[in-house]
Amino acid sequence: MHEFSIVTALLEMCEKNAQENNATKITKVEIKVGKLSGVEPYLLETAFDTFKEEGICAGCEFIIHLQEIVVHCESCHAEATLIHNEFICPTCKSTDLRVIDGEEMYLMRLEME
Amino acid sequence: MCKDCGCSITPTQWSAHAHEHTHDGHTHSHSHDHDDHTENDHPHAHDHDHHEHKHHDEIHANPQLNDKKTIAVITKILDANDKQAGHNRAHFEEHGVLAINLMSSPGSGKTTLLEATIDTKQIKLAVIEGDLETNQDADRIIAKGALAHQITTGQACHLDAFMVHEGLHHLPIEGLDVVFIENVGNLVCPASYDVGSHLNVVLLSVPEGDDKPAKYPVMFRSADLFLITKCDLLPHFDFSVEKAIREARKLNPKVDVIEIDSKSGKGIDQWINYLKMKKALR
Repeated sequence: MHEFSIVTALLEMCEKNAQENNATKITKVEIKVGKLSGVEPYLLETAFDTFKEEGICAGCEFIIHLQEIVVHCESCHAEATLIHNEFICPTCKSTDLRVIDGEEMYLMRLEME
Repeated sequence: MCKDCGCSITPTQWSAHAHEHTHDGHTHSHSHDHDDHTENDHPHAHDHDHHEHKHHDEIHANPQLNDKKTIAVITKILDANDKQAGHNRAHFEEHGVLAINLMSSPGSGKTTLLEATIDTKQIKLAVIEGDLETNQDADRIIAKGALAHQITTGQACHLDAFMVHEGLHHLPIEGLDVVFIENVGNLVCPASYDVGSHLNVVLLSVPEGDDKPAKYPVMFRSADLFLITKCDLLPHFDFSVEKAIREARKLNPKVDVIEIDSKSGKGIDQWINYLKMKKALR
């Protein structure tokens, strides 16, 4: 249950961006959550909806894009989306993979006024 | 001097202006680049060239409502934590100290492993302890003759880079080989936080079961070293070492493994050698 501390970081980031853009209100927050980022989107949403009401994000729309694991194979240079938690290249079976996406959480886009 | 706390490390660039990070995101695939146009409630926005917008991060002013705008941010949500983690790592490096983040369920034997490590007298170490309550773990380390600082997190389920930074102010690390960050016992939350260590060591004790790597993928993916602890109990449990390793390597093909028992001393030599080697490579 570390979703609360993630939401706190997210709300701080929203406030900072709003300030930099002289906005008084944020109307939409879009984030990307990797499947292996270690957070549960449902809990994140509940936590966000609870804590947003105290600041600049009050009443805003919250959109979570769930990101699959995307890897680049260092052996055959193929790019693949992994369906199972098995880090093996679907093309050449190499395990020398670089994760391109799906392990992190990103704030992607803010709509403000 | 770090102006936040007066410590001797120069802080990393704190400026997190959104646009600086935007290019990170371009290597990532995401399926929602056009959303901000399709979801606006005015028809004119659709005239824009979407490809152009995909790669630009300037502010897109809404042509109909001048007071509403969408900005692309593309910054890691834990960006502030990651920057602090980098600051912590720089502090360790400045002192030539290897930093290791120990993670596991409660009761897997993190503190017992540290006690056994101290007993070998081969590694000069100090410990930052994370627990919800009590100083018991720090007291155990201190009783063995090493330095320790206890962080009590209250209800927080993990340590983050800020807490470790605070802990470092109570711990002289000059002349040490290794600083261990003994994380809060939890196989979920600590995996999401870089605390500024060089290595993540994840423990799984035999009584917990060999199914845990597959059940807690984020944690076992984060591991540089996987320790199977309490190995002397293997005859009493249906725990397949081979299966535990296989499952861990499905997630994390390059992970190293040591089978260890802190009480009997099995595997402790290998563990000490691992620490010495990693310290020598820093």
